[in-house]
Formats: sequence, C-alpha cells, structure tokens
Amino acid sequence: MSELPIMGPALPEIFLAIAVMGLMMVGVFVKPDRALPLVSALAIAVLLVAGALIAAGGGGYQLAFGDLFVVDRFAVFMKLLVIAGSVLAIIMSEGFIRREGMDRFEYPVLICLATLGMLMMVSANDLIALYIGLELQSLSLYVTASLQRDRLRSTEAGLKYFVLGALSSGMLLYGASLIYGFGGTTEFGALAAHFGELESVPVGVITGIVFLVAGLAFKVSAVPFHMWTPDVYEGAPTPVTAFFAVAPKIAAMALLLRVMMGPFGGMVGEWFQIIWFVSAASMVLGAFAAIPQTNIKRLMAYSSIGHVGYALIGLAAGTEEGVTGILIYMAIYLVMNVGTFACILSMKVKGRMVEQISDLAGLAKTKPAMAAALLIFMFSMAGIPPMAGFFGKLYVFRAAINAELYTLAVIGALASVVSAFYYLRIVKVMYFDEPAEAFDPVETRGLKAIIGVAGVIVLAFIFYPSLLADNAAVAAVSLLQG
Amino acid sequence: MAIATLCFYVFAAILVACGAMVITARNPVHSVLFLILAFFNAAGLFVLIGAEFLAMILVVVYVGAVAVLFLFVVMMLDINFRDMRKGAKRYAGVGAAIGIVLLAEILLVVGTWQLDPGLSGAGAAPTPAIADMHNTRALGNLIYTEYVYLFQGAGMVLLVAMMGAIVLTLRQREGVKRQRIADQVARSSKDEVRKVNVSSGSGI
Repeated sequence: MSELPIMGPALPEIFLAIAVMGLMMVGVFVKPDRALPLVSALAIAVLLVAGALIAAGGGGYQLAFGDLFVVDRFAVFMKLLVIAGSVLAIIMSEGFIRREGMDRFEYPVLICLATLGMLMMVSANDLIALYIGLELQSLSLYVTASLQRDRLRSTEAGLKYFVLGALSSGMLLYGASLIYGFGGTTEFGALAAHFGELESVPVGVITGIVFLVAGLAFKVSAVPFHMWTPDVYEGAPTPVTAFFAVAPKIAAMALLLRVMMGPFGGMVGEWFQIIWFVSAASMVLGAFAAIPQTNIKRLMAYSSIGHVGYALIGLAAGTEEGVTGILIYMAIYLVMNVGTFACILSMKVKGRMVEQISDLAGLAKTKPAMAAALLIFMFSMAGIPPMAGFFGKLYVFRAAINAELYTLAVIGALASVVSAFYYLRIVKVMYFDEPAEAFDPVETRGLKAIIGVAGVIVLAFIFYPSLLADNAAVAAVSLLQG
Repeated sequence: MAIATLCFYVFAAILVACGAMVITARNPVHSVLFLILAFFNAAGLFVLIGAEFLAMILVVVYVGAVAVLFLFVVMMLDINFRDMRKGAKRYAGVGAAIGIVLLAEILLVVGTWQLDPGLSGAGAAPTPAIADMHNTRALGNLIYTEYVYLFQGAGMVLLVAMMGAIVLTLRQREGVKRQRIADQVARSSKDEVRKVNVSSGSGI
C-alpha cells in the first residue's frame, strides 16, 4: 500500500479548483439574465477566499504532492499579487462586458481557471508541473481573448495568441526534454543538486536552458518574442487586455525567477548574457516602438514590453537584491497598470468605446479628476519621482550597479528617458490640447474606486516604501534558500 | 527466443510497410485502413516487450476510437486530395533541401554531445522489473499516486478546452424550431382533442 501524498500546502489551489466547478454549475442553472452578475460576485468572493487561504497558510518552506509543488514566502508574495490582479480584472470588466456583447457567465469562470493555472505556475517545483500550470493559464487566456466572437479583431487576437503560444510551448517542452535528458530528473531540487556536482556544464543543458528561456520570454512578452503583444492587446476586449497586462505577466515572471534561480542558480554565468540581451532589447524596443503609436492599447502593449525589460535587469544581476527589485517592480507595475487600464475602460463617448490617444485631448478641462489620475499613472510609468514607478526602477537599477552591470543600467536609464517622451505626450494631450468630445461619466463604482485607490497608492508609496520592500526582501531570501 | 525474434521482424516489417502505405495510398479511405493495420502491429510489438497494458490501450483507443473517427471524417468531408498533392509536389524540392540541411546541422551538433554513462539508471521514476509488478499496476501507481497532481492539473486543462469550445461556438439561434419533449409529454388530451359532430352533407 502506498500512502496518500501530502496535500495541505496546496489547499488554496484545491479550493479554487473545486469552487470553479461550483461556479460553472451556478452559471448553468441560474436564469440566463441573472447568471453573469451572480457568477462575477461569487468569483470575486472565491478568489478572495483563496487569497485568504494563501495568506493564512504562511510562508514556511513546504513541499506537497511528492515534491511537485512548493510553497514558500516567495510563492505567497507572488500568488497574492496574481489574485489581486484577477480580482481587479473582474471588477473592472463589469460595465464593459454587459455593453459590448460578451455578457456570458463563462468570463469570470475562465478568469478563475486562468488564476488557478497561474497559482500552479508560481508553485511549480518540477518541469512537468511548470508546463501543466502554464498550459492551464494559457488555454484560458486564448479563450478570453476571443470572447467577443462576433468581432473580427477579437477572434484574430485569440487565434494569433493561440498559434504563437503553441509555438512557444513547443520550444519550452523541447528545452525541458533536453534538460531532463542531461539531468535525469524533472524535479527542481534534484536538478540543482545534479548540476551542482558537475565541473563543467554540458552544451546540451545550456541549449535546453536557451529553449526554456525562449518559451518563458514569450509568456512575459520580452523581445525578441514580443511580436504577438501589440496585436493581441489591441484586438482583445479591453478588460481582457487589462487582465493580460497584469496577472499572467506576474505569474510568468515568478516562474522565470524560480526556474533560473532554482535549478540553474549555480550557473548564473552561463545564462546571464541571455537575460542581459533580452532585458536590454526589451527596454530599447519598448521605448522606441511606442513613440509612433496612436492607439492607447497598442501603446500600453509596448509600454509593458519595456517594463518587462526593466524587471529583467534584476534577474540579469542574479543576486538577492536583484530578485527583491523584481518583486517590488512587479507589485508597483500591477498597481499603476490596473489604474491606467481603469482609465482606458472609462474612455467612452456617447456609449461608444474610443481608444485613440487624440480622444484624450483636453481631458483636464472636461474631466479634471480622471485627467489628474492618468497624469499620476503616466508620471509613475515614466519613472518620475516621487511616484511609485520611480522606486521600482530605483531598486532594479541599484541591484544592477551593485552587480557591476553598468552598461545595462545605462541602457535602462537612457531607455526610460526616451519612454518618458510618449508618457508625457499623453499628459500634454490631456492638459494642453483643445478639448475633444467629453467622455461619458465613469460608469461603475468599482472603476471609480480602482482609479482612486490606485492613484493614492502610487502617490503615497514614497511615505511607506518599507511595507512592500521588507516583504519583497523576505520573499527573495526564501526563493534563494529554497 | 527464435519465435519472438521472428515475430518482431514480422510485426516491424508490416508496421513500416503500412506506415509507407498510409502516406502514399491514393484513396484516403485506404490510408486510414492501413493506419489501423499499423496500430495493430504496433500493439503486437508492445506485447513482445511485455507492455501488455499499452498494447490493449493502443487497440482500444486508437483503433476503436481515433481511427474510426478518422474514417468518418474522411468519408464525410469531400476533400480532393489530388489538388492538395499538387501543391505538395511544387514545394517538395525546396522542402527536401531545407530538411536535409537542417538534419545535417542537427547531426553535427548532437553528434558532438557525450552522454554521461551513469545517466541511464538515473531516471526519476525507474520502471520496476516486470517480474515484481505487472504494468497496469505500475502505470496506475505512477499516474494516480506519484503524479496525481499532474493528472488533476491535466484534467483542469481539458475542462478549459471543453468550456472554450462551448463558449466560442455554441449559439442560441432565433427562430429555430426545437422539440421540447417535456412540453409534449405534459400536454393532456383534454385540452387538445375536440369531438365535433359533423352533420352529413353540410361540412364543418
């Protein structure tokens, strides 16, 4: 007789998986016109409970399911960010999905399933577990991208994302199989132990790492695997874009950190130049390619590519300080991106969504509060002190300097100066251009609250940086010790 | 042993021949039939190496379900395979050239790798000897006990796939007449049947 595996540490995931199936039943058996609001509310509640279970589970290093699943302070930190991103995405979508013909209860259910996949990614301690979590997440995202199935752009976005996602999964699997072939196991701890004993790293392992990084770089949309991002961001329904820009990025970044610092942590010298290049290229492309954009969703896509580049500086440094920097950066990125997308979701003229930057003209006169909030987010994205975004960049740049990556830090600083141009152009359009048609009032209380709270957090971060920084530092330590 | 070796060569030869026939047969129905024969021979090979469970699964799942599904699809869709071949012939030369270059490159790269001799026994889940445990049980142990997390995770992935297919394709069309069995059964004859006395010669 064999014993049951340990399951306790995975309680939040198990709860979420069962609750999602319950949500589907509710959606099917409730009257169609009441299904969406009810399932949305329940989905938010379910995610919050899962978040509470994660927080209550604490951060001691625990393995479950025969070492396939790991929980530590790092996992708890990242999972709470992911849950926050998902909950906010559901709240933000409330008005949009009712108006734009995607009012099906499957939307919140799919978000929950994607969240489950992301939690599994963050806790993956094995190459197979990594892949299963990644696929669960990606498959849900492909479906949500094409949820407006009667609109050409939405289906095109979904199809593009699917085809390129399948390609990247193939690369990732090829890399994983090479690593398995040379390591003899798929479990991260055993891999780390095996590679630690080797005197020189075999070429096959490095090839495997390259493919693995390529697959994961696609998921965080880092250059040169960023091609899908602008099209998918532009084509997908706006609340879905808001979700894409936040939660999956955080989960994929967590996965990248765990893989690179875990099994391959001992051979930083072998892979650091790959990350160095990806990081520098993402920052430069994010800065220059965004300049000619006129559509704000495309602009946000390039902006997110740039932000991933800045975050990856911390990984290129390969130190505890670098990991701390990434965690802080991703948390701040979450807040300012959610705020910006809440503003984009409120860009509506006479019941019709608008997405051009020129539509924002004169916003300061027609809607001063929203203009002020967007001003705060844009300053923060550009990294202008005293906004939160400045501190995110400060932490990763400091890690780079301490790791003697001077070139990368200089490239980063220059790229952020260039990117400040297009962020500030939005501010200029809002404050100094002749007013265009006024926007409709912000339609739901949820959106208003998100804009307000995100604005306050971005502004007030300077007074309480240690709240985030201390937790991030503890999480980084737990990742490197695990 | 001699019989086992003979069986191996017979199964293997038929398998390879069938594989070739699947892609060269002009009639797509014949292709599928050769595919079924290939599955049976592969199952025979599995039995020879002592993997009787996999052999059974191959016959049940691939012959019983997948190949028959192929057969239905091939018969139902009116695909003109001759036209599809035309395009293939045009690109065959370039495709083959690229393929050969790629193969040569991969051989050059992989040929220089040296595998660690101690690696063959280092697998994470070495299979137990056939004498200790029959392979249905060994597979069950692996899938439902050791890797139960992955098994459940894969189940969630399939759930998403099913949901996605329904969300993206199911439409409630207006004006379609459907049979509602519950309504039909619930109707009583009192409401629907009327007895009319028709006097002869006058009509209704």
